[in-house]
Amino acid sequence: MLSGVAFVATVVGLQLLTAATGRGYYLTQLTMAAYYTTVVMGLCLVMGYAGQISLGHGAFFAIGGYTSAYLTTLDLSGWAAKGVGLTLRKAGVLVARQDLYGGECLGVTPWLAFAAAVCLTAAVAFVIGYPALRLKGHYLAMATLGFGLIVYRLVLGTERLGGADGISSVPAWKILPGLDVCGRSVCRIQNYYVAFALAGLTLFMVLNLVNSRTGRALRSIHGGELAANAMGINTAQYKLKVFLISAVIAAVAGCLMTHYNGAIGPSESGAMKSVRYVALVAAGGMANVWGALVVGGALEFLSLRGCFGSADHAVFGLILILIVALVPEGPLRPLGRGVVRLFRAVTGRAGA
Amino acid sequence: MLSVDPGSVPAAGVPASPPVFASAPLLRVEGLCRSFGGLLAVDDVSFSVMPGQIKAVIGPNGAGKTTVFNIISGILRPDSGRILFSDVPIAGLPPFRVGELGISRTFQNLSLFPNMTAIENVMVGCHCRTCCGVVASVLRLPRHYREERAIRDAAEKHLAAVGMADKAGVSVASLPFGQRRLVELARALATQPRLLLLDEPASGLNTRETGDLARIIRQVRDTGVTVLLVEHDMSLVMDVSDSILVLNYGKPVTEGPPAEIRNDPQVISVYLGGDFGSAAD
Ligand SMILES: Nc1ncnc2c1ncn2[C@@H]1O[C@H](COP(=O)(O)OP(=O)(O)OP(=O)(O)O)[C@@H](O)[C@H]1O
Ligand SMILES: [Mg+2]
Repeated sequence: MLSGVAFVATVVGLQLLTAATGRGYYLTQLTMAAYYTTVVMGLCLVMGYAGQISLGHGAFFAIGGYTSAYLTTLDLSGWAAKGVGLTLRKAGVLVARQDLYGGECLGVTPWLAFAAAVCLTAAVAFVIGYPALRLKGHYLAMATLGFGLIVYRLVLGTERLGGADGISSVPAWKILPGLDVCGRSVCRIQNYYVAFALAGLTLFMVLNLVNSRTGRALRSIHGGELAANAMGINTAQYKLKVFLISAVIAAVAGCLMTHYNGAIGPSESGAMKSVRYVALVAAGGMANVWGALVVGGALEFLSLRGCFGSADHAVFGLILILIVALVPEGPLRPLGRGVVRLFRAVTGRAGA
Repeated sequence: MLSVDPGSVPAAGVPASPPVFASAPLLRVEGLCRSFGGLLAVDDVSFSVMPGQIKAVIGPNGAGKTTVFNIISGILRPDSGRILFSDVPIAGLPPFRVGELGISRTFQNLSLFPNMTAIENVMVGCHCRTCCGVVASVLRLPRHYREERAIRDAAEKHLAAVGMADKAGVSVASLPFGQRRLVELARALATQPRLLLLDEPASGLNTRETGDLARIIRQVRDTGVTVLLVEHDMSLVMDVSDSILVLNYGKPVTEGPPAEIRNDPQVISVYLGGDFGSAAD
């Protein structure tokens, strides 16, 4: 409850701050950072709690984004003139949009594209996760690494997915009347709130999940898979379940961000993107959803603002190495302890 | 509560006297074999455990005791042989199914979840007797709260039963070894087993702690749980068990009540007069 208030206050506060300082354009990067950090929180569930490493979350993000981009940018006008197409159009499954030259074309409604993206991602995650998660050890890391590379090559080499250019002119997604997920600057503030609503919802869901019977089961798998199994926990099923949930969260974020940007490119599915998510979970403190949110949000924002320059990917790699080598529990907890100690020292001296 | 088969509970007032067994065996192991490479770790082992019994399995290091436990609890598959748990074949089932059916265990080298507190470890034990899933937890449905409270109460009860109630909130990583053993025992009890497998529960404990353990094991049996015990501490074995099975090089040597085993020349030769002779006095 209190944490929910803190989250909303921070989000609103940030928006007011950008407005007050005349830096409204920061909202664009904050919005994208919110989508990326949503992926990080979802991955936190798999990595921090169940102790499984996924190097395929960039690919799931991309599958979500590319599925919506592909379906919503189809032109079905010819086919939709008669028969089934006409019925579908009446039912709202096909919607009209303007193409680049002002002509009208018919594409799949973003809602259906979204549903397809979620289903496809869940199916793919099942196919990857089912065999890999029945085994103990880091098979998921290997399987998802290979899978990520395949997805990257596929989107790069597929003409219909735009190859190296990706898919652009993805239409707006009218979530509610007057609420469009799109990149037009008049929609900047509402999109900022849409993105953080998704991040907040994910935070709420993930926190509820980890503080429950399921969360204990996941942590027990991390703590000792064999013992967890002997205590009556179907470890393979739990790992698969949480991997699916996490993959779908990534796809939802990918889908929304694609509509927000109006485009998606192959770099989203790159191996470095997946490594970056892993680095951010580690930097957040592994089994720490708030840490994932705060550290993930902050570093993605800085990265999107271009603060790391051409060393962007290297910075995240370095963070991962430093954390593993120096502070395996993540920097936040030791930092917190340091602050507490400092506070005690200061107040202690003041009292003396 | 622990489910109790009324016919199998010995009278609570007289735990020391050997119970009378009228019913069928709770666990029946028949012709169990398992090898690792060329090594026959378990070689044609058969025995049965009656409900309400405390049965001990003893034997020198490497005799195959832990391997038998691993096979019963589903961690290892047998090469051949049958295991019937209240007449249900369980050999080859995955561990979590065996756990659900009512067999729980502790581990020789302890296998607690180091990332959790004592009570959380025990709460994990309650997992297979509870049912709230992802949806109930994420949406915080009323039954989530109801079940969490029940789980916490049960876990507290089991911690109290092993005398660890005051350590509930302590991370198990910071508990001394003897207390970790007790938390692991409480975790096993939380699965509400009908059969409890204890793999060397007294190793690493001092004399006082071992005495407490004997009392706890008897208490557990008195609540209706059948106990199968692997142990090197002969005073504990002779003290608590109703029947003893002796293994050597994977083969059963003999089986019988403590008084018989104590004086069995075969058993004495197996142990070559090691600590067995002195402990038997
Ligand atoms: N996973 C395994 N792989 C290979 N060999 C094993 C394995 N587990 C056990 N063994 C071997 O099988 C034999 C029996 O081992 P087991 O652990 O069952 O003995 P034990 O009776 O429990 O001994 P201890 O009293 O030392 O615990 C030993 O020789 C051991 O080295
Ligand atoms: Mg052993």
